[in-house]
Amino acid sequence: MSFTIATTVDEVLVALGAGARPIAGGTDLVVGARHGKAALPADLVAIDRIDELGGVELDSAGVRVGAVMSHAELMSDPVIVGSYTAIADASALVGSPSTRHVGTLGGNVMNGSPAMDTGAPLKVLGATAELRSVTGGRTMSLDELWAGPGRTTADPAELLVALHLPPAQDRCGSAYVRLEYRRAMEIAVVGAAAAVTLAADGTIASAAVALAAVAPTILSVDGVDEALVGCTPADAGSVAAALASEQAAPISDLRASDRYRRHCIGVMAKRAVDAATRRADGESIAVPVNRSLGIGAA
Amino acid sequence: MTTSYELDVNGVTYPVTAEQGKNLLSVIRENVGLTGTKEGCDDCECGACMVLLDGQPVNSCSYLAVQAQGRQVTTIEGVMEGPEMHALQRNLLEAGGVQCGFCTPGMIMSAKALLERDEHPELDAVRIGLSGNLCRCTGYAKILAAVEATAVELNP
Repeated sequence: MSFTIATTVDEVLVALGAGARPIAGGTDLVVGARHGKAALPADLVAIDRIDELGGVELDSAGVRVGAVMSHAELMSDPVIVGSYTAIADASALVGSPSTRHVGTLGGNVMNGSPAMDTGAPLKVLGATAELRSVTGGRTMSLDELWAGPGRTTADPAELLVALHLPPAQDRCGSAYVRLEYRRAMEIAVVGAAAAVTLAADGTIASAAVALAAVAPTILSVDGVDEALVGCTPADAGSVAAALASEQAAPISDLRASDRYRRHCIGVMAKRAVDAATRRADGESIAVPVNRSLGIGAA
Repeated sequence: MTTSYELDVNGVTYPVTAEQGKNLLSVIRENVGLTGTKEGCDDCECGACMVLLDGQPVNSCSYLAVQAQGRQVTTIEGVMEGPEMHALQRNLLEAGGVQCGFCTPGMIMSAKALLERDEHPELDAVRIGLSGNLCRCTGYAKILAAVEATAVELNP
């Protein structure tokens, strides 16, 4: 049994190589252990006080978002809110103020829940994941990272150190919306993120839509870009909705039936595309879209 | 297996010897001996166990006590200003925002953190600030009124 509060990434990597597991806010790990989902690992290394793992930095390749950025930090970060707004929409919906202060983006990504709020935004924004271990580093797409519910392809000795986002385009906007039964301490019944770029004539120049809680992992909707290019903003949402409902592969559980999820994911996809399009057109819709547009629980 | 470390709770350093996996709530109540922080759901849902960690609210039932080393923990016992009640405590009493009282310590900790980052919160911001705290008695209206009255009183 050991518990180490690490101050450098190298220290974490050595500990992971020796079999320790990382803990940041512990919102999934500790609660999961208390539920009997998985015992608390015997050896833990705390990664929440490492400067290298924090921050949002602009670089030539776009933006680097440190893995231990908390949801509270992300929802008010000027770069994230300004250019990668869907992530801020998602972080602002996670749990409660306390969950958002200790819960991190990296924890959300590596926990691998198909219902994670930040996953669909990261996918439509083209994020890649940077993993490191004592033997080196690699960067992979999120499709390569997520292997199934609660599972990733990362080796236990690897640490997610950052998410990388490509540079924001002119006239682009993004949004994440979710169906929820209450406004706090909630998990998405279904969720949808959209990223839209507008052409000079106001039609859609490019688009991406990804879905939460309708498949074993976050699902990118195929064919959205081809189907939406040239659409007017008034038509785009409905086109995306049809594709989303068609491609969703939801399960039934105590939160919703598969039929209800399949219907509602179309509604959420339309609302995400509509909000992303309005933002791309320069309209300011405050984070989170769920609250600003009265989507979800009253 | 136990581990030994120190915790700063309400400005006092306490030596702690406890199981590595023991949560902050249990260490505060059993090792430190401050029982104002309550165990409600023990599942990160109800907020009765809310404490502040470096000024930010944390559900202490679901946070490892060892991870609070080197940080300032504030519990309801640390809210009083000498012999005087904090304005939040007084306003909750005056507004009748307390019935059984079990949620009250957690409510106060969340409200205190909210007012420290937002001096003049809109009603909706107060609702969001308290959204991790459940009260099964009051219906919330009087609690919200007490927090709003405190904001006006502290930041006129």
